[in-house]
Amino acid sequence: MSARTRELAILILVGLITVTGFASVYIARQNEISAGSLSYAGFFFALYLIAHLVGRLTVPDADPYLLPMAALLTGVGLTEIYRLNPTDALRQGLWVVIGVAGFAVTLIALRHDFRRLESYKYLFGLSALALLFLPALPKIGHSINGARLWVRVGPLQFQPGELGKIAMIVFLAAYLHSKQEVLALGRLKDFGPLLAIWGCAMLVLVATHDLGSALLFFGIFLAILYLATSRLLYVGVGTALFLVGSAGVYETTAHVRSRVIIWLHPWTTQAIPCPTRGGQLMQRQECESFQLVKSLYSIAQGGFTGTGLGKGTFSVPNGNTLIPDLKTDFIFSALAQELGLVGIAALLLVLMLFVVRGFRIALLVDDGFSKLVCAGLTFGFALQTFIIIGGILRLIPLTGITLPFISYGGSSVVANFILLAGLLLVSQRANEAR
Amino acid sequence: MNARIRLAALASLTMLVALIVASTYWQAWAAPDLANKSDNSIQQISEFTIDRGRIFAADGTTLAKNRIVHNSGRTYYFRRYPLGSLTAAAVGYATQTRSRAGLELSANDYLTGADQTLAGAIKQIGDRLLGTTIRGSDVYTSLNLEAQRIATQALGSNCGAAIAIEPSTGRVLALVTKPTYNPNDVEGHYDRILRINSPSCKGSSALLDRATQGLYPPGSAFKVVTAAAALDSGRFTPSSIFHDPGYCIEYGQKVNNYTNPDQLGPEAFGTLSLATGFQNSVNSVFCNIGKALLMPTLMNYARRFGFDQTPSIDLPSNALAISGLYKGTRLLSPREENQYGDPGRTAFGQSLLLVTPLQMAMVAATVANNGKEMQPHLVDRVRRSNGDIVRIKPQMLGQPIKPETAIELTQMMESVVSGGTGTAAAIPGVRVAGKTGTAENGIGQPNTTWFISFAPADAPRVAVAVVLQNQTGTGGTTAAPIAREIMQAILSSAPNSNS
Repeated sequence: MSARTRELAILILVGLITVTGFASVYIARQNEISAGSLSYAGFFFALYLIAHLVGRLTVPDADPYLLPMAALLTGVGLTEIYRLNPTDALRQGLWVVIGVAGFAVTLIALRHDFRRLESYKYLFGLSALALLFLPALPKIGHSINGARLWVRVGPLQFQPGELGKIAMIVFLAAYLHSKQEVLALGRLKDFGPLLAIWGCAMLVLVATHDLGSALLFFGIFLAILYLATSRLLYVGVGTALFLVGSAGVYETTAHVRSRVIIWLHPWTTQAIPCPTRGGQLMQRQECESFQLVKSLYSIAQGGFTGTGLGKGTFSVPNGNTLIPDLKTDFIFSALAQELGLVGIAALLLVLMLFVVRGFRIALLVDDGFSKLVCAGLTFGFALQTFIIIGGILRLIPLTGITLPFISYGGSSVVANFILLAGLLLVSQRANEAR
Repeated sequence: MNARIRLAALASLTMLVALIVASTYWQAWAAPDLANKSDNSIQQISEFTIDRGRIFAADGTTLAKNRIVHNSGRTYYFRRYPLGSLTAAAVGYATQTRSRAGLELSANDYLTGADQTLAGAIKQIGDRLLGTTIRGSDVYTSLNLEAQRIATQALGSNCGAAIAIEPSTGRVLALVTKPTYNPNDVEGHYDRILRINSPSCKGSSALLDRATQGLYPPGSAFKVVTAAAALDSGRFTPSSIFHDPGYCIEYGQKVNNYTNPDQLGPEAFGTLSLATGFQNSVNSVFCNIGKALLMPTLMNYARRFGFDQTPSIDLPSNALAISGLYKGTRLLSPREENQYGDPGRTAFGQSLLLVTPLQMAMVAATVANNGKEMQPHLVDRVRRSNGDIVRIKPQMLGQPIKPETAIELTQMMESVVSGGTGTAAAIPGVRVAGKTGTAENGIGQPNTTWFISFAPADAPRVAVAVVLQNQTGTGGTTAAPIAREIMQAILSSAPNSNS
């Protein structure tokens, strides 16, 4: 069986799973939604069939598991978003269409040799910087929950940082690939670029007030730096610099400080002054850590088996929601309640498999730039997943970045489809050479 | 470069494994703790999708049932209390906005079906997967509605409480507090409850269960505990002779009898026995016993009856108060007893003592039950949704006093009702044992009055404690008649067959 035929077979399986998901939401909530919901699954399957056909034409020998896994993750996300609010699911569906279009365009445009991107490395570097700082601009930049990660133009709202992340990975892979030998020498003057990028990460942190994005960008940078130079010392020094910088930002930025306090002590027994309610006395779980604590209750409510799709409790009987931002930042806690530990573990295993396949491609491909791009994209994917879910599970302070493929949000979906296209392109190169 | 890529892959996978571990922690390990957090509205709302078990009185009358509401594709079961305020103190409430109280809180595991056996738990997981509504277990209480009604009537507009216990089992037969509230108002008309104001007790909440949570000076009702200590320790007998000049000298000062409104007969009895002193509630006799026994012996006996501990009853612990010695609102530790305690005054129930009606009813029930103290409980049996019946077996808490001491105390308490301070509690044809209490709250201030009793004295079926705040009369004139009515109501109902 050829790679693409295998991909098609698995896609059909994923299609069946998605149909089952929508059907169970329909069964649980049939007095609210129509059987038309099932057409979502059909539409969804058709969309991935198109993606598959584009793949057949452009990357025939690429890894057959990545696209079905991405389809499964978007399917799970879309099902849950549909269950929370059918109108949002329609929009998310449109974004998936745009995402698949981006996927197709990337594959078609770069089908001959994606390595020519290497020569445009400074263009990528500059656009990465521009995209990262866009939300900091006065008119169009926009804060949600204290994190300035959004750009709003008319009715459109997106996180340019998502695309900036991919541009930065391409730039870093190209730049460090060309400077590999020089940097490996470890001369003091070569630390210049490292310090410059550390400065940029700190600037991003200050400008966006978001520890998560800064951690993500700097983590990706350190990973690619290590992969290119083989110097763990750089990772050590970089981590130390990042911690020093974060400590400084912690001291000066109330929003970051609040996130850390919420992380360490979400519950208080005493009523304390609530900064968002004009200093009114209340317990912290009713004030600053309301969202995190309610989300933990949602996760705990799922237990081993979960309540079942469509049967979770997210609103009070009069219809008001219990957890803010459920469909974006907290989609994981909604899924955790309805799918339970069994479902969540399965979901995390799919994410792990995706990461494993990504690194496998990086191992198989033979040139340095391809290795760095592929490993960088995959590591970024894993780190982003860790930062958002780790924040929800109280492993690290909570931040406002999205869960790849699953969260509601256009920029995230489009960026992740482009990332997927990148991985497939590298994989094609690795497999056709053999 | 491949070795480095493997290391990066290892780091990535470690992060994702950490997420699985953390999910396991929250969903398996910490889940029960989180479910019990008071601000866990998800748990609370999802519990309204459980067909909550009903609560019944001993005669099968429904005390709490469900009202079914369909909303956004789900079925919710909200509570109704057909008898309104009658059993509010015991049953409590289960609401969305104010959480839970009373048995609705303490028996929540039964009512939501969470008390299951392994087979039941597996069935419940199956129900959850299939989307079948979970049915809770029905709770049958020991409450005697006739006694409950009589007690509510008899307490009238007073500010006080009454509790009746079956001495041989600890079953709570009546639990009434006044003023009280209508549990149906908690969800939508909480302001009505806040406005309840009895003229006889200003500024105190109708939500306070005075029977289990109200702390009052016991006055002479505590003489039962003092007499128990005196007799059981072997230091005195009912015929021990005392000399009463109308006062007792403590710390070089006179502690006068005339300040005790509870006392019957002359101010100074001269020579009298312990039994006569008990019958007429003579303070100087008990002051001298206290001085002889000293604080440790006195309080050790009190502790045997359950003082200084959270009472063991199947009500929520946040609605239970500890009886003991208080300095302000702080319970004194046994080590502080000697420092602050005044044995002469403590012996007749004044000084730092504060007690709950529940504790005093347990004292009376223990004397009635030959010195064996049974655990008071409201839940008689539970009927699981599959029809299985779980009976709650009576538990013995301990034996604070010897059977002989209990017999002697019973005789002394009978003499109180037959010809002492408590004659208003006499029931024709029934031997009643009791003790009055009239605690002063300061000169010119109204009294807190008590009556604790049990009947029939030869084969006790009920022990009662009644407390009234802000009284001008004595325990014998105010509380004893109410205790009599409650005892009569219980004695006239058929003995419960399943006890």
